[in-house]
Amino acid sequence: MTTSTMKTSATSAYWAGLRDGAPFVLVAAPFAMVFGVIATDAGLTLAQAMGFSVLVIAGASQFAALQMMVENASIAFVLLAALAVNLRMAMYSASLVPYLGAAPLWQRACVAYLNFDQPYLLSISRYEARPAMTVPERFAYFVGAATPITPLWFLMTYVGVVAGKSISDAWALDFIMPIMFLALVAPMVKSLAHAAAAAVSVSVGLLLAGLPSGTGLLIAAGAAMLTGALVEVWLETRAK
Amino acid sequence: MNYSTAEIWMIIALMGVGTFLIRFSFLGLIGDRPMPQFVLRLLRFTPVAVLPAMVAPLVLWPVATDGQFDPVRMLAAIATIAAGLWTRNVLWAIFAGAVTLYAGIGITAVL
Repeated sequence: MTTSTMKTSATSAYWAGLRDGAPFVLVAAPFAMVFGVIATDAGLTLAQAMGFSVLVIAGASQFAALQMMVENASIAFVLLAALAVNLRMAMYSASLVPYLGAAPLWQRACVAYLNFDQPYLLSISRYEARPAMTVPERFAYFVGAATPITPLWFLMTYVGVVAGKSISDAWALDFIMPIMFLALVAPMVKSLAHAAAAAVSVSVGLLLAGLPSGTGLLIAAGAAMLTGALVEVWLETRAK
Repeated sequence: MNYSTAEIWMIIALMGVGTFLIRFSFLGLIGDRPMPQFVLRLLRFTPVAVLPAMVAPLVLWPVATDGQFDPVRMLAAIATIAAGLWTRNVLWAIFAGAVTLYAGIGITAVL
């Protein structure tokens, strides 16, 4: 293959990613805007809210950190809770290794920075469907899939911060965050094991709600993860 | 919120670094060496394990009502979960929750 055809195939992979990623703008835009509004409501400055969106780019964990900060949890607990929400991305990272492990380090670092739900889910399904893709094509597709969402995530955070200054208490902003979390989690409850994990999470979380901020949450999350994994193992052995 | 500006920036910076390292982990550092099966299993449940415990107290004892149970917020939570389970779509779930919340607030204000 000559350099020019390699370039062309990577370019078309990039455009394919861009096309596939475009519809997700509809999900990301309101999400980022709500983050901006709520961050302002919680007392963060414009620069701090933008700092979150640019440096972290992970919706659910940004909301989780904000929630812990509103409760004045200790910094260690803020970080633990928010990063725990992102642990699923270690799974994403692991599953990309067979497809992108051979790419240069800087490309793998780019993919890591952009490895949030939408580009990941789009890319992994494309890679599985087209095993003949070359590594440069895979990288180009991934970056393409992230292209529409990423700048919009930053821009809409900014819009949310600016709009947030003129929003009154009547809008019940305190409850937008719980709705966001429930909306993120409910579609993920797709098996008995997930339902059991969620049930343990809720019950232990409520039982330990009186403990210092974050403590109960971490115990509940640990218990729920273990429950989910054990129920899954039990279901699998029973099915055999 | 009782954090100093420096503390807030420290949280943001550490979260940025931590999140990047989580995403980079296998792809960048660990390579394709195998992970214990059970660890992978545990990791799969993290969102479902963390978020419900965080939300449950906020639904039962909302901050805005000083911890008093609020039927409107409860209904909004139920609508969000129901729509999320039914449609498997985050946006529809948010839409259902927000519509229920604001309809409920509107109706209570009129009554």
